Amino acid sequence: MAAERAGSGGGRSRKVAKKRDHDFVTGTSYAPAPESSAQVKIAKSYDLFIGGKWVKGSKRMKTINPATEKVLSEVAVAGPKEVDLAVKAARKAYNNVWKKMPGRERGKYLFRVARLLQERAREFAVLESMDGGKPIRESRDVDLPLVAAHFFYHAGWADKLDYAFPGRKPQSLGVAGQVIPWNFPLLMAAWKLAPALACGNTVVLKPAETTPLTALLLAQVFEEAGLPDGVVNIVTGAGATGQALVEHPGVDKIAFTGSTGVGKMIQRALAKSGKKHTLELGGKAAHLIFDDAPINQAVEGIVNGIFFNQGHVCCAGSRLLVQEGVADLVIRKLKRRMETLVVGDPLDKNTDVGAINSKEQLGRIKGLVAAGEKEGACSWQSGQRLPGKGYWFKPTIFTDCAQSHRVVQEEIFGPVLAIQTFRTPEEGIEKANNTPYGLSGGVWTDKGSKIFKVTSAMRAGVLWANTYNKFDPTSPFGGYKESGVGREGGLHGLAAYLEI
Amino acid sequence: MGVPTIEFPDLKSIPTVDQVGVEERAARFQTRSIKAETKLSALRLAVTMLDVTTLEGADSPGKVRQMCAKAMRPMPEDPSVGPAAAVCVYPSLVRVAAEEVEGSGVKVASVATAFPSGQSRMKERLAEVRWAVAEGADEIDMVISRGKFLRGDYRGVFNEIVRCKEACGEAHLKVIIETGELRTYDNVRIASELAMGAGADFIKTSTGKVQPAATMPVTLVMLEAIQDYIDRTGRKVGMKPAGGISSAKLALHYLVMVKETLGAGWLSNEWFRFGASSLTNDLLMQIRKQQSGRYQSGDYFSKD
Amino acid sequence: MSRLSINKTYKLYIGGKFPRTESGRYYELTGKKGEFLANVSQGSKKDFRNAVVAARKAQGGWAKSSAYLKGQILYRVAEMLEGRSDQFVEELRMEGRTAAAARKEVETSIDLFVHYAGWSDKYPALFSSVNPVASSHFNFSNPEPTGVVAAVAPMSGLLGLCSVVAPIMVGGNASVVLASSERPLTAITFAEVLNSSDVPGGVVNLVTGFADELLPVMSSHMDVNALLLCSDDAKAAAGAREQGAENVKRVVVKPDAPLEESPYHVMDFQEIKTTWHPVGV
Repeated sequence: MAAERAGSGGGRSRKVAKKRDHDFVTGTSYAPAPESSAQVKIAKSYDLFIGGKWVKGSKRMKTINPATEKVLSEVAVAGPKEVDLAVKAARKAYNNVWKKMPGRERGKYLFRVARLLQERAREFAVLESMDGGKPIRESRDVDLPLVAAHFFYHAGWADKLDYAFPGRKPQSLGVAGQVIPWNFPLLMAAWKLAPALACGNTVVLKPAETTPLTALLLAQVFEEAGLPDGVVNIVTGAGATGQALVEHPGVDKIAFTGSTGVGKMIQRALAKSGKKHTLELGGKAAHLIFDDAPINQAVEGIVNGIFFNQGHVCCAGSRLLVQEGVADLVIRKLKRRMETLVVGDPLDKNTDVGAINSKEQLGRIKGLVAAGEKEGACSWQSGQRLPGKGYWFKPTIFTDCAQSHRVVQEEIFGPVLAIQTFRTPEEGIEKANNTPYGLSGGVWTDKGSKIFKVTSAMRAGVLWANTYNKFDPTSPFGGYKESGVGREGGLHGLAAYLEI
Repeated sequence: MGVPTIEFPDLKSIPTVDQVGVEERAARFQTRSIKAETKLSALRLAVTMLDVTTLEGADSPGKVRQMCAKAMRPMPEDPSVGPAAAVCVYPSLVRVAAEEVEGSGVKVASVATAFPSGQSRMKERLAEVRWAVAEGADEIDMVISRGKFLRGDYRGVFNEIVRCKEACGEAHLKVIIETGELRTYDNVRIASELAMGAGADFIKTSTGKVQPAATMPVTLVMLEAIQDYIDRTGRKVGMKPAGGISSAKLALHYLVMVKETLGAGWLSNEWFRFGASSLTNDLLMQIRKQQSGRYQSGDYFSKD
Repeated sequence: MSRLSINKTYKLYIGGKFPRTESGRYYELTGKKGEFLANVSQGSKKDFRNAVVAARKAQGGWAKSSAYLKGQILYRVAEMLEGRSDQFVEELRMEGRTAAAARKEVETSIDLFVHYAGWSDKYPALFSSVNPVASSHFNFSNPEPTGVVAAVAPMSGLLGLCSVVAPIMVGGNASVVLASSERPLTAITFAEVLNSSDVPGGVVNLVTGFADELLPVMSSHMDVNALLLCSDDAKAAAGAREQGAENVKRVVVKPDAPLEESPYHVMDFQEIKTTWHPVGV
């Protein structure tokens, strides 16, 4: 494409702009278009939100902006003592208030929360991008609208639960302990909180270590909504805080989203008590492109599948399987498209790929990419320049991958795509299913009957046909096999928070 | 770019288009935020890509002369703005326009082939092309026979375009596929392939007489067709969305789409045009706004 | 002089065949008064492993067979049970039931299979949904079998066994079931019923033996997707859950008693799959 950058205005008498850098025709990038962060007020430090009050933690930890490596704030670390306090507050609120409240009234609180989130959406979006590194375009256009939608959707369930499970009278569980990841900090909080509360449970929520700020801002929304004290408690901290919550005997249910490794640890920790749990774990989704696919939209689907949110997506389409006849075409188009991705400042409205969430995650991505190169897969990166400060990784693809390569087998959780080819539908399906994971998958073909054949043969919980990475509160989400237990969202997601 | 190889496209190898996917992609270009010098340079570029158009029964020499003046000097106080790429008129007014713009670099385009419906005998349609060229048209905007296309007579449509191209001689041929009547993106894609295979220099969305006229997704489908065509044949083809693009903001979204789909090589009026009658002044007002920091009023910009 | 009766050899049921345990081990089953009833195969870890291989091989085809066919095959099981009900009553009596209780248990077991036969083409409708997403997509969720399910049946005997096998089976899973060690006789006779009821080999595999020995391998096996443990032993349950975590196994623990009839037992071994597709032209 660079070769086409010849003419400037077709020889017309256009004045050449002084700063050639941002000239629309000759420039290498668009002029900066930063989203204002004026509305966001980050406190110097945050305490824990327990029983409707702000409670000091045992220690403090810093949270940084991964795009600048600057410290944004300090948040409290909840130790076992504070976790215990939070569980007790949740229990008290459950017994005294929330359990007794008619579903209709519970629902009204959630509707209020949804509305408040819509009002403050931009503020949340900016903070989310600052704390986590995701592009403002995504936090603004994807995360926040979905967050509000999740509360709105589940609000409506609160007084209708008796209709959800035929022949049963579902009951709330009690106190739910929820541990959420850093890739969609606020959205995961919404996925967890909204159904738990709608089903009549109270909650202790543990946000991820690197992205605690939007959850703490959410606590303010609960205060504004007048949510009774202790119905939602937020305890920040690292792995030890999560562990204290998971192992607390006063918690009736654990919901976790994160890595498969930690998910297994949680399952083991709950073995003795047999507590109810839902787990949303890792994935290595296969994305199948057949030769009769709408190719240009498929390429867009591939991009959306792996570069959305820097590839920090459990359901990312990280294994591309292309039918041999169109493999060269797809890869050529994909590379061309990758060159147009804007990588950089998450707060710039034009940014497509933001910062890697943490130094640790960047190290993991680099390690796996190095392994891929060593194993003989052929890597290619787009040509963007990366900012100096902060954690960044260029959109990357591996071609000539073998099923046995680590980049094909292991979840990278970054903007790295492993590409393989297949010849027949059977081969494509077999390769797709040849993994311990089973969270999601994609298939592109113009033939309706082939879609149903392939999607029903793929062992995964969410299948996108001729689209990818779509989410909706009405649509159940969750994995087969090692990708998790239980569903979130939709009718089926309610089962996670009810005794049926 | 040389003489095009006339070749009926292999329709089986043309990829299908997913409506939801292409509309999502087109919408995403609209989230690009074009600011500061990027915006100013893009606005200036857009002015140079205008095919300033009048295609009314009421058109007269007087109307056309005034329009030509505007096309040559869109912003009289700032000669660095513009000129437009071309003026676009009916064949009967080509001579007037050609005399008016002579020496200015502004081209004269004429619609022909029984515009806008195309519902006439081929003999007359070709005669109209020859007449417009003889009158001084640099470019011919033909319409395809949508009735034939929708009946599935792709070969017939293809042959018509080939004959029009011959009739054009040296003049450039823009082929209007009238996307609003083809209805589906798959049809848009097939019609684009027929036009390019038959030798079109430009493919163009609409006559402006049928709703919907140009849309971003329709244009994207055509840009993708161009991309695939050049990959296959090495021949570059231009693109002209026409009708419905009346705001500078929308025009910039189109330019972003062109840049990110075909690359900067299409960012000149040799390869990209806007067919529009009311876009000019909004572009000019936005240029003035960028320069002065003040929002503008239409009272300060001449209508013709 | 009366004719000398033919005694039955109780073996395992794996992949549609009746092998002896590869270990060569057996245990002696005795009646109330200590009289010899039968030598029962003491299934080994390897037997279980072989059964999982057979189950995995059979599962895909069974899941793909139509709901109508699955329903008819479960109904066929009921028919076969009915036809051999006297034999089951006799074996239950040998294992200590009264005649009336044995008769009742057999009848309940038959009716249970009829009940679940009817669920085959209904639970998917009941537990599926079309989800009204906000974008231009058609989105639906439907249950699919979890895959290979291992089960430890309740100690109670025939009814307990049937109450475990039927819901797992009607859901399109393949199972490896450890029969009651105290009342194993009907289990192998039940296997003969399955084998003559058009149930494809490997869809249900029955192993006799002891949970103490086999539960750890059942819960730790990486190619077993789910485990149903009917047991009141909390320690065993904890161990099974812990072992099961290695492949994120779905471990369902129920009391040591026959499961009541319920489509929710079918749903215990179903995964919800959600499919998206654009709506356009």
